[in-house]
Amino acid sequence: MMRNANDPTPTRRRILIGAGCVAAAGFPLPFAVRDARATPAAMATAIRQVVGEANVKPGKVKLDLPPLVENGNTVQFTVTVESPMTPASYVKAIHVFNEKNPQPNVISVHLGPRAGRASFTSRTRLADSEKVVAIAELSDGSFWSDSVEVVVTIAACVEDGIP
Amino acid sequence: MSAPLINVPARAKRGDVIAIKTLISHEMETGFRYGTNGVLIPRDIITAFRCTYNGEEIFRADFYPAIAANPFLTFYTVATASGTIAFEWTGDNGYSQTASAKIVVG
Repeated sequence: MMRNANDPTPTRRRILIGAGCVAAAGFPLPFAVRDARATPAAMATAIRQVVGEANVKPGKVKLDLPPLVENGNTVQFTVTVESPMTPASYVKAIHVFNEKNPQPNVISVHLGPRAGRASFTSRTRLADSEKVVAIAELSDGSFWSDSVEVVVTIAACVEDGIP
Repeated sequence: MSAPLINVPARAKRGDVIAIKTLISHEMETGFRYGTNGVLIPRDIITAFRCTYNGEEIFRADFYPAIAANPFLTFYTVATASGTIAFEWTGDNGYSQTASAKIVVG
């Protein structure tokens, strides 16, 4: 019952989910629900803004994220980068991006040789089953990445209202 | 506003890599949700976190709306000297919160 995660066109299912969100929020709204989601292209643009013209190579980075998430409102993830973390060679920054939330950025962390270990853990929201990408910037100017495809059964519903 | 939860080991050996955990209570309102009155709820998030060790910055993070409510962070640092590890969160609408922990390095 999975639709193609790369298909940007709203499926009947997504329209129904959107309608459900609106109904759950308990207010009438014209049916043209604004699609406020980032796209893979928006993610690529956000990544370009961080890495510039540099080439991002796969490897060295490990993004730990459960492949199947029941509740998209809180998804714990860990990024670990292989690095000696010495003044000569360390990780300068780690950036995390997602494909289908309203905005592609998740978090950017800045560290240095004093970290001792290039790793951090946090919690994200995921609006849909999507790809999450972690990119590490090393002190030598190179960029490395890892990505995980996540299936989310209950999304962090963007049209949700608060009580 | 409740105090942030900080977990820093009280003692460490010089040169040890220690884990620091922080949890702070905050809605992290994304700015993409509509209230029951149909009006967009304005964004209200923590945008920045900074950790200093005896005044020197050791870790900094930029948060975006995709960070879950009650932001949680675990990160690492090398225990270099006894002293204070200080934490600072800043965000929308002038939000600011600080905390600190003492560490003894022997």
